[in-house]
Amino acid sequence: MSARDDILGAIRHSLGVSGKETIRRQIVSDRLAHAPKGVIPKRGQVSGEALLALFKVQAEAALATVTEVASAAEVPQSIAHFLRDHNLPASLRMGDDRRLQAMPWNDTALDIAHGPSAGDDLNAVSHALGAVAETGSLVMVSGSENPSTLNFLPDNHIIVVSAKDVAGDYESVWAKVRLTFGKGGMPRTVNWITGPSRSGDIEQTMLLGAHGPRRLHVVVVKE
Amino acid sequence: MSVHSTSPDFKKNAARALGDAQLQKALGNVKQGFIDKREKATQKLPEFEALRDSARDIKNHTLQHLDLYLEAYEQKVRASGGHVHFARHAEEARDIILSICKEAGARTVTKGKSMIAEEIGINEHLETHGITPVETDLGEYIIQLRHEMPSHIIAPAVHLNATQVEQDFRRVHTHLDAKRDLSEPVQLLTEARGVLRERFLAADVGITGANFLVAETGTSVIVTNEGNGDLTQILPKTHIVLASIEKLVPTLEDVSQILRVLARSATGQEISVYTTFSTGPRHLGDSDGPENYHVVLLDNGRSAMLGTSFEEMLRCIRCGACMNHCPVYHAVGGHAYGWVYPGPMGAVLTPTLIGIDQAGHLPNASTFCGRCESVCPVKIPLPKLMRHWREREFERHLTPATVRSGLGLWGFFAKRPALYRLATGIAIRAMGFAGRRKGRFQWLPLAGGWTRNRDLPAPQGETFQARWRREHKRRAA
Amino acid sequence: MKQDRARKPRIGLFVTCVVDLMRPSVGFAAVKLLENAGCTVEVPEQTCCGQPTYNSGDRATTRSIAERTITEFRGYDYVVAPSGSCAAMIKAHYPELFADDPNWLPRANELAARTFELTSFLVDVLGVTRVDATFDGAVTYHDSCSGLRELGVRSQPRKLLASVEGLTLVEMEESDVCCGFGGTFAVKYSEISGAIVEAKAKHVVAAGAPTLLAGDLGCLLNMAGKLSRDGEPVRVRHVAEILAGMTDDPPIGVAKEAQRTGKEAAR
Repeated sequence: MSARDDILGAIRHSLGVSGKETIRRQIVSDRLAHAPKGVIPKRGQVSGEALLALFKVQAEAALATVTEVASAAEVPQSIAHFLRDHNLPASLRMGDDRRLQAMPWNDTALDIAHGPSAGDDLNAVSHALGAVAETGSLVMVSGSENPSTLNFLPDNHIIVVSAKDVAGDYESVWAKVRLTFGKGGMPRTVNWITGPSRSGDIEQTMLLGAHGPRRLHVVVVKE
Repeated sequence: MSVHSTSPDFKKNAARALGDAQLQKALGNVKQGFIDKREKATQKLPEFEALRDSARDIKNHTLQHLDLYLEAYEQKVRASGGHVHFARHAEEARDIILSICKEAGARTVTKGKSMIAEEIGINEHLETHGITPVETDLGEYIIQLRHEMPSHIIAPAVHLNATQVEQDFRRVHTHLDAKRDLSEPVQLLTEARGVLRERFLAADVGITGANFLVAETGTSVIVTNEGNGDLTQILPKTHIVLASIEKLVPTLEDVSQILRVLARSATGQEISVYTTFSTGPRHLGDSDGPENYHVVLLDNGRSAMLGTSFEEMLRCIRCGACMNHCPVYHAVGGHAYGWVYPGPMGAVLTPTLIGIDQAGHLPNASTFCGRCESVCPVKIPLPKLMRHWREREFERHLTPATVRSGLGLWGFFAKRPALYRLATGIAIRAMGFAGRRKGRFQWLPLAGGWTRNRDLPAPQGETFQARWRREHKRRAA
Repeated sequence: MKQDRARKPRIGLFVTCVVDLMRPSVGFAAVKLLENAGCTVEVPEQTCCGQPTYNSGDRATTRSIAERTITEFRGYDYVVAPSGSCAAMIKAHYPELFADDPNWLPRANELAARTFELTSFLVDVLGVTRVDATFDGAVTYHDSCSGLRELGVRSQPRKLLASVEGLTLVEMEESDVCCGFGGTFAVKYSEISGAIVEAKAKHVVAAGAPTLLAGDLGCLLNMAGKLSRDGEPVRVRHVAEILAGMTDDPPIGVAKEAQRTGKEAAR
């Protein structure tokens, strides 16, 4: 017998089932089809400015920095300022996200590179699918638009998110993923990112900049 | 069994740990680092208790339908272009991983933190076959340099201090300037980042564990703070997920429930920095990500736990809260437990994996203070399960003869009140008389286990029941 | 007292074997507290709740002991123990023990429902808000594990202590952390137990109160033994002794002689 059949057989033996019970199968397929929500913290169940404010507080508590701009057109300048203020080089890598592409990067002196990172970039910008105010998390999906390597290899990661894509809870984000990729479908990678990389492995003292970005900067586009 | 166990020597291990001043100092970090932060994080979320119940219920539901969720999961992984391999035991899992690595022509393999990888001893196996495994979680990397096992399931190097890490880095990173300053922990972190960055970029295969497997979508989920797990899985051509079968959860909503209790219970964070959901190999049009995606599903005794009282242990989400709050763990640290899983969860799980004859001490070395159960995010009744192991040991006559005969004697009298009254009356009178001058004993025959570390207060000299009956006779008269 | 107008509640005192053998004065303090609160107290013949054998994996012996306890304590309105640990054995674990026995399970459940730890019985069941006692000085209080986590005993002893005239309660750090007693654990894993009680003793001493109280005699013997071994002059008593105003007997581990001559602190 194959290992697969052995293991499934052993599970069924222990549970005292055959695996063919209609009721069990129905219960499982119902749950997979309907994906019932459980307990959702009240904290995130706010809207408008309160939701944005909660996102900001939570992201900052996770040691990200957050700035707001009125429109997408202001994003390049805002990022250029951020880099200058932190004495970072005026270079920036990005994928081929259409929202980012449409921004007026030529208004800045930034040196823009495109495509995934090979590990030698200092700065990168990605566009988030959304954000979760509950914990100040950004939700990133993989693809050539926003390559996953940009989330982890650069020292400084900047994430652009539209204010309208900031949700109160994780469940709202899954609804959006299903809308985009179909029920049961997923991009190769969904990353929830909450603050910059860190480690507490030396004497349980939290230090920033373990393997991923040392800085996480979020630009919220309000329009 | 795969990894060598020193669990039978628990007492010796514990004695050594208690005498190790450096270790004792490091263990202080467990209390300071975790307990208050967890408390604060749970206080901040009014729904935390409800979420614990929800997490428990989700895991119970999944375990009751595990065969069907595994089938659904498997189908989804295949549909997304990934491969699923089932492994009955550690040896089978090692062979599957080795053959995937060989097929990929792998010379070096990066690894995210995985307790299952420790459980099957994959590193030694790969090394034996000429493949270099590189641990990338900072704590795991440090203990790999020292050829040690993790001493904590989420803080593998919690038994070490910065000076020891510095010494190891100087010993191993010989290509770096010998005069470099490593006096600050952040310098150690930066050095590890630099060294491991090259390893990430050079690796042929990346192996990660999984905190969860989602049946709805065929997704594996990992949770890290460092980002090492992500670099491990997106940079090499091949990503192998190694997970035990009880990691299944039905849906993305279900995993979101459990994630809300995981980090809060573990480190006191509201959520870890990186929560990553991976589904299959890179998609058409993706510009990065692995080209091959394999999942190795390990049983290794878990299917046999279903339907027994130990089924509840399969809810465990490996947060480490039980050991963070355990007075025994605080006293002796993780290595004393002698195998992969320490603390209360290890005291229950280890005997199922390496046998109660090997791990018999572990479920006995508990005061049953119940603090572990009170903080467990999925409400596993750990003391009760440890007691179940004690019952099995007792049935199999594995309980030490001295304990057995002592208890037998106590049980004999406890069942016979008249004899109890007679025997205790005499004994207590004698003890009371012997202890009347000092009020306590510094040594007493047969009580060496007690008096080695503390005095034994002397009894007052007459039993309560004797005095009560005497006084009541008088009152009645 | 709520039940005064009806008839006095009839209490079966489960004195616990440790109190029975080592420190009967705790039992008499419990009796006094219950009588002052308007109860009639009786002491049926008894031995041990069975926890030592239960926690050592000997279910069969434990069941015979439990059956005896269930039988002996039939008919009382309440069963009260000056111990969270023994009360929890009856209240939480007897039903587990007989879970598969349709004859004994209802009886175990019935006993469990009317069994209480002393301070929680006084506060939660009888509604006692103050006791008639004085104590001159500061005390610190250790929360014994079973009472705290299995029965929720935390506020009740503190509430009653607050009513003792002249007494101030100084909380120690980690009062909710185990003292390392654990029944047979203290003997089977003596070194580990020793390390745990060492940490506890440090917190007790750091609190600075001259008297340590707790609600379980097992834990008290352990902590008193450690404190005296280390030469720490902390006096150790069961909380019932203070609440009942019965402090004539010397503290735990102190000889009558020493108490009389005031030498108890000089160790």
